[in-house]
Amino acid sequence: MSGAEPQATPLLSIRGLRVDFATDAGSVPAVRGVDLDIGISETVALVGESGCGKSVTAMSVMRLLTGRISAGSIRFGNTELQSLSEPEMRRIRGAQIGMVFQEPMTSLNPVLTIGKQIEEVLTLHQRLTSSAARAHAVELLKRVGIPSAERRASQYPHELSGGMKQRVMIAMAISCRPKLLIADEPTTALDVTIQAQIMDLLGSLQQELGMAVLLITHDLGVVAHFAERVAVMYAGKIVEQGAVRDIFKRAAHPYTRALLAALPDPLRTAARLEAIPGRVPLPRMLPAGCAFCARCKHVFEPCPGVLPELFPIAPGHSAACFLHDPRRAPSNVPCQ
Amino acid sequence: MTVPATPGRRAEAGVLPLDGAGVLVPAETPFRQVWRSFRKDRLAMAGLVVLAALLMLAVLGKLFTEWWVLFDPATVRLPDKLRPPFSIPSSSIGKELWPTLGLYPFGTDELGRNVFARMLQGSFVSLSVGVVAVSISLIIGITVGGVAGFYGQRKLGFVSVDTLLMRVTDVAVCFPTFFLILTVVALLPPNIYNIMIVIGITSWMGTARFVRAEFMALREQDFVTAARALGLSEGRIIFRHLMPNAMAPVLVSATIDVAHAILTESALSFLGFGVRPPFATWGNILADGRSYIFDAPWLFILPGGAILVVVLAFNLVGEGLRDAMNPKLRRRASG
Repeated sequence: MSGAEPQATPLLSIRGLRVDFATDAGSVPAVRGVDLDIGISETVALVGESGCGKSVTAMSVMRLLTGRISAGSIRFGNTELQSLSEPEMRRIRGAQIGMVFQEPMTSLNPVLTIGKQIEEVLTLHQRLTSSAARAHAVELLKRVGIPSAERRASQYPHELSGGMKQRVMIAMAISCRPKLLIADEPTTALDVTIQAQIMDLLGSLQQELGMAVLLITHDLGVVAHFAERVAVMYAGKIVEQGAVRDIFKRAAHPYTRALLAALPDPLRTAARLEAIPGRVPLPRMLPAGCAFCARCKHVFEPCPGVLPELFPIAPGHSAACFLHDPRRAPSNVPCQ
Repeated sequence: MTVPATPGRRAEAGVLPLDGAGVLVPAETPFRQVWRSFRKDRLAMAGLVVLAALLMLAVLGKLFTEWWVLFDPATVRLPDKLRPPFSIPSSSIGKELWPTLGLYPFGTDELGRNVFARMLQGSFVSLSVGVVAVSISLIIGITVGGVAGFYGQRKLGFVSVDTLLMRVTDVAVCFPTFFLILTVVALLPPNIYNIMIVIGITSWMGTARFVRAEFMALREQDFVTAARALGLSEGRIIFRHLMPNAMAPVLVSATIDVAHAILTESALSFLGFGVRPPFATWGNILADGRSYIFDAPWLFILPGGAILVVVLAFNLVGEGLRDAMNPKLRRRASG
């Protein structure tokens, strides 16, 4: 129950992050000023629909973007990641910050055995000898729940199932005991039964290694079970942040509420699921104000023209919506 | 355990590859898969046998004509000139000039030199020119193609790296290669190393284009991003992760390029720009024999046939490799 209050010295601190992609039609903003803190050993979920900038935010932390970070700072511990040289950044990637990707099927090199691929990371960051690395790789495979780990280590990726490959990816990501694990939709490409296993594995590894996890997902079910704190993103901005209880029980932003209403509820056999009307605005046609205003039920006078900041609702819970601005909120609009 | 012992490949039935005792069967390496498919291609296998024989001959040739001279390709026996294959030396040949086998298996040329000895010596030249020239062209081609494919989007002033390197490649392709080689060889001292180098630096363009195309496709793959996210350096990613994935088409084209290089060397030697005469190559044996086409047909049939067979063998092996390494064609080959 440590989630509500961000700790005093966060492990990762993103401030005012803006990322632009150069296209033929000019510069397109993908992330428009994101502030996010992740404490030591904390699990934060970054939620939002496709294209809202979740993955871009994660890739900015790793500095693996094809786009350009135009503003903002990303501090990891006491280090400003953006000021590091490329070799210095390489010593952070894999060693201090691990990453698990969405597509386990294509994230392993098809011509190297999985054992070799894990050993490579170990020899690189921990300077293990090759036999020590081999033994450690087999240990890691066992730890992530791969049966017959010795034999599996000498197999090629095409001989493993998707869930197995994701376990291998996790083994590689945690091989150097990183302080932060970024999991970018780690279960999206997997079967539902495997999804639960992978999330359980990530959970137990987090407990064991005491690492912080930034979980990027659009699956609110996964968020409810796994995360301590949630940040909801919409069109390149964080629109609501709070402890997982606050978000699920007292969602404050109309977008978060609409997302939760769109979840199927097994107890309520409604004929149709709730859908959010309209669609996500194109990044180059964003309104000056709140990006959600065209789809919002509660839209009122300041919404289209003024950009809402994050207004505090409770300790550790805030939402970027004028409904929660004490100066502007019309008294007749229901906040809850 | 009541599990019945059923050896064999259950992996193909979509089950985990378990043997009778429920133990995972060791994996089949990609190399083995290719070999299994290659073995079924009879023409390619025939080519491979010829190449293995050639390799042996070339090594024996080097051994027996230079280090432990059983066959001296330079011995002139004027009384025995233009003798047909399998003829016995005439009585005027002294003991010290007597050929090793007591006969001329491939006949003699216009100076009475043993053609068998000369062919042996030439086989090493042909093979080494082919292999060394193609190695040089591979080094240049993989470097140029790799840099263009991987770093292509970087800008150098107003052009991208890719544009710069590929236009250089286009220019190199446009040179009339053979005449360029002729000119260069005519200016340089005509030894075998110069020929290897010149053939190498005029034949890398195909490899560069292959490698560039492969790298451009591979660069965008998820496993490259994953490798970066693990902190691997670009050099490691290029050489350990991208290169092995790009090797299949390169290997195929290299095999066929060896055939080209052998042909080019033969043509150069035939024209008299190649290896200097007392030293035998298949090309200059052929060149010497062309004046005696009707009197001594073995002087052009033997080296000409040897060049034909070797070039054909390299091409067949190259084609076979191409089929074996392409999973879509593999099924057809095994069916």
